[in-house]
Amino acid sequence: MLDDFFIRALVAGIGIAMVAGPLGCFVIWRRMAYFGDTMAHSALLGVALSLLMDLNLMVSVFVVASAVSVLLLFLQKRGALSTDALLGILSHSALSIGLVIVAFMTWVRIDLVGFLFGDILAVSRADIDIVWGGGILVVFALVYLWRPLLASTVNPELAEAEGLKPERARLFFMLLMALVIAIAMKIVGILLITSLLIIPAATARRFSSSPETMAVLASLIGAVAVAGGLFGSLHWDTPSGPSIVVAALALFVLSLLPVGRRIESAPHSSHGGHH
Amino acid sequence: MLNFRSPETTTLVSLANAGVCRNGKWLVRGVDFSISRGEIVTLIGPNGSGKTTTAKTAIGVLKPDEGHVERVAGLRVGYVPQKLAVDWTLPLTVERLMTLTGPLKRREIDEALAATGMLHMAKAEVQHLSGGEFQRALLARAIARKPDLLVLDEPVQGVDFSGEIALYELIKQIRNRTGCGILLISHDLHIVMAETDTVVCLNGHVCCRGTPQVVSQSPEYLKLFGRRAAGALAVYSHHHDHTHLPDGRVLHADGSITESCFPDDGHHHGEAGNIHDHEPDCGCGHHTRLQGYDGAEKRDA
Repeated sequence: MLDDFFIRALVAGIGIAMVAGPLGCFVIWRRMAYFGDTMAHSALLGVALSLLMDLNLMVSVFVVASAVSVLLLFLQKRGALSTDALLGILSHSALSIGLVIVAFMTWVRIDLVGFLFGDILAVSRADIDIVWGGGILVVFALVYLWRPLLASTVNPELAEAEGLKPERARLFFMLLMALVIAIAMKIVGILLITSLLIIPAATARRFSSSPETMAVLASLIGAVAVAGGLFGSLHWDTPSGPSIVVAALALFVLSLLPVGRRIESAPHSSHGGHH
Repeated sequence: MLNFRSPETTTLVSLANAGVCRNGKWLVRGVDFSISRGEIVTLIGPNGSGKTTTAKTAIGVLKPDEGHVERVAGLRVGYVPQKLAVDWTLPLTVERLMTLTGPLKRREIDEALAATGMLHMAKAEVQHLSGGEFQRALLARAIARKPDLLVLDEPVQGVDFSGEIALYELIKQIRNRTGCGILLISHDLHIVMAETDTVVCLNGHVCCRGTPQVVSQSPEYLKLFGRRAAGALAVYSHHHDHTHLPDGRVLHADGSITESCFPDDGHHHGEAGNIHDHEPDCGCGHHTRLQGYDGAEKRDA
């Protein structure tokens, strides 16, 4: 039968996939994939600082990822450089500063590969509690923020004009992203977190007729990817984090195959959209 | 929508000397106007003249950097923005679009969609709509929430001539049935909706204001627009005492040129003294667009 560590990995991974689904939908809708990457990369700086100052790992990753997103907002408002240039600067410098700090600390030995690509098979009971506790918190927050977040995704000024608070929703959304990155780091690793956000959501798009179904489907597809990836990694002895991403990619590629008749059943022939 | 409301004459929004400044540049300045329940105010002006900025200031999306904006407490706004692009990755049907900013009853959704002629498209994804259908869906969304103030930023963009007339008819019906105030931004400098109570012409400030002349009274326009259009459209004659030159300076009626055209610069005289028509070129860098409608008669007749 399955080993105990494997069950723990499965439970933790599915917990992450459940949260990553709806959050990943917003990352796609708001075109924030690179932004998510930047926040994730800054997690390594969080790891380095937690070792340097003997802080809790998850808290310090959360704080650094939030700080980087606030810094980005500030730099965007100054408007000197385009957003993608700013993201490129922040993303790689946070990652590099983290690596440099780690190199200076000759007295600590850390498993860098474990942080970069995840080590889901080392998940403990306490990790599972954090994943599911944090995950339930994030899902409740998303349900509460759903309307202002969705409305401001479509048009922030429309949301503001009709009495919603798009700025506040956006801030909370970034905090939720930071939280999920801090929680998910151990499962898929810093370099692969955004793929767990984006790939299941992108897969769900084709089968969804409303934002809500897309969010739920993305969660389920993510859970299937986690299970598939873990079984594959056990079977072929491949690294678990990348295996999960490969499984998610396989589902995405499957979704592109012309099986269903969804597209033809649309009331209008698609002419590429007028926007 | 579609409920009868008593025709109270409450002022919904009033702007007093409002101005918005960005990066040291005034986008718009010295704007005065108000909208009451049941009133239609149309903002016109060339591109970059501050129409959208003014509308956003009126509904509180932008804060004025000078002057005051007062809104009646609990004002419910329905907003149709000028640009709205729904990303392809977001699955959004017309029906789901309706409840974007607040919950609605099934009946309210259907009534609004029926009023805009979009009921048969309820299940369609918004990305598949044509320009005119999308505008009507946005209008349906805005009126379904029974707003006190409806703000329409160029609602007839991407809509053909007869569609434009139909939309104006619809806006008129909405005003008559619900008694809401309407702030309309027009893409056209000379042709406005006939029901407009006040036209405010902007070019960084209020250039002139007035009421439109109904087309149907003039046989030439009737010939040009066709009979159906005559009821929906009206002509607005500008009364400017100055012209905005391409380099941003201002040529005044007395022949002098200044850097700006604020009322305290000594070039604006009493309103009554200087009113004269500039047709067909009315100043403000505007050119008459009437010739653009030459084809309309054939299509509409």
